[in-house]
Amino acid sequence: MKWHDIKELIAKIIFLICGLLAIVAVLVITGYMIAKGIPAISKVGFSDLIFGTVWKPTADNPSYGILYIILSSIVATFGAVLIGVPIALLTAVFLTDYTSGNKTTRNVSKLLQSAVELLAAIPSVIYGLIGMMVLNPIMFDLEKKIYAGNPNHQFTGGANLLSAIIVLAVMILPTVINVSVSSIKAVPDHMRAASLALGATKLQTIFKVVIPAAKSGIMTGVVLGIGRALGEAMAINMVAGGSVNPPFSFNSVRTLTTQLVSEMSYASGLHRQVLFTVGLVLYIFIVVINLILMRIKKKGLENG
Amino acid sequence: MAKRKFRPGELLLHILILACSIFSVVLLVTIIVFVFAKGLHAVNWEFLTTVTSVRKGTVGIAGNIVNTLIIIILTLLIVTPLGIGAAIYLNEYAKPGKLVNTIEFMTEVLSGIPSIIFGLFGMMFFGQTLGLGYSLLTGSLTLIIMVFPLITRNTQEALKTVPDSFRQGSIALGAGKWYMIRTILIPSAMPGIITGVILAIGRIVGESAALIFTAGSAKYLPKSFLDIFRKIMDSGGTLTVKLYLSATSEGDFDTAFGTAVVLIIIVLIINILTKVLTRKFDPSRQGR
Repeated sequence: MKWHDIKELIAKIIFLICGLLAIVAVLVITGYMIAKGIPAISKVGFSDLIFGTVWKPTADNPSYGILYIILSSIVATFGAVLIGVPIALLTAVFLTDYTSGNKTTRNVSKLLQSAVELLAAIPSVIYGLIGMMVLNPIMFDLEKKIYAGNPNHQFTGGANLLSAIIVLAVMILPTVINVSVSSIKAVPDHMRAASLALGATKLQTIFKVVIPAAKSGIMTGVVLGIGRALGEAMAINMVAGGSVNPPFSFNSVRTLTTQLVSEMSYASGLHRQVLFTVGLVLYIFIVVINLILMRIKKKGLENG
Repeated sequence: MAKRKFRPGELLLHILILACSIFSVVLLVTIIVFVFAKGLHAVNWEFLTTVTSVRKGTVGIAGNIVNTLIIIILTLLIVTPLGIGAAIYLNEYAKPGKLVNTIEFMTEVLSGIPSIIFGLFGMMFFGQTLGLGYSLLTGSLTLIIMVFPLITRNTQEALKTVPDSFRQGSIALGAGKWYMIRTILIPSAMPGIITGVILAIGRIVGESAALIFTAGSAKYLPKSFLDIFRKIMDSGGTLTVKLYLSATSEGDFDTAFGTAVVLIIIVLIINILTKVLTRKFDPSRQGR
């Protein structure tokens, strides 16, 4: 073998190793999450852990129920999607079907797209900070009005599930908008033209023809948004309060992510192992979301 | 031509669409104005060049700025070649098939994993198993896995835009594949690679959840230039971690908003830089 061939071979091997890194990384992460997350399940017991509702890790007789934590994550995510997705979808419609005309509207569209890009780039701690300073006081006023004279309600100072939902809704906007825009743009213009020619109004065309045609792309955006909302940690840790409660609007709640952020720094022993299990539960959710995503994309390819 | 029937429902929907679109812009402007109004007075020369110290009576985030820079440089130094390498393998060497599909799926999974999971994994693997503890190195290694997909994907996109005639021409002139990659492909794909790197800087600057358990929160300045290298093995909080701690456990909102101002300025600069780059090198490529 000549030196030249050896060089080529070495290059090829190095590039192959780089290529395999993603696989290795995912496998190692998965392995670690499982290995670290399982021990606590066997020690506490699966149903006591997953379906238990009492979280008292530092009590004399500790209890490690994470059901409310799981439910809070699910409710917060779906709340955020419920508020965020319609806003995002309508914005995407505006960006694609309202701003293709003259120069002014195209400039408006550019301005809007820049704004969305910047929203995506703002660090999550800044969203958290603003949520703390703006949203929480408003929530506290509301809380005082709604629960005035109710002795059973634990006042939270505005740090509650509702604040978390609103912050998350804002944070998933850029993701859903961007993916929806590219899928709506991909709908061929002749479909719009055909619909308009049949006498449909612009809005009928958008909602009955364009959006159904872009369905799989929009669903991809929604699922990506779900993933982002579920995985967001710092921002909601700053606005959602600090105690484990059932997921009702004005309760202070802990989600899977905020549980990790706020207790990992001091937890030890079994408490720490249970937190790893919380991480594992979050990881399983994320993997499932990824599998759904793959499914949708595959379907989109088959239909398109 | 017959006049269209007036539909009040449609008008309402038009207004709703407009309102939703304006919402993003209003939100962005509100956030920026609010942060600047609350934090600009805290930002001055002392704030940027000293470390908060009760003894000296100074309030500053210089240590966190240095930590952020060290983490950015350390991460990019390692992840850029790896990401480019992976993209080159996927685009230039691998034949379409199972392996490529698996790699691409795994890359996608990797970019979908939330940063808190990376933080947890980094803490366990680099921090404990490899014994690196809370350190800037642990933080960087964690971020390498996190931004790897970003670099790979941007490089891949760039490689796809290099015309096949470049490859064929180079090979026809007798160049080896490695030579062709080095002298033709990488230079042609440079704009895309640089865009990926800048986007990665943006992610690193904004990251907090993956760093708080890996890089820790220390805020001290290195004592000398050489001390920087020792500091890599030490704990160090970035700007976002500083903001988080100031707003929560320390309750120091002046510092929190001051840091937020600095972060927003950095984010704005990065955003403009990516825009300029993508426009300059390839007007047909859409910014993202």
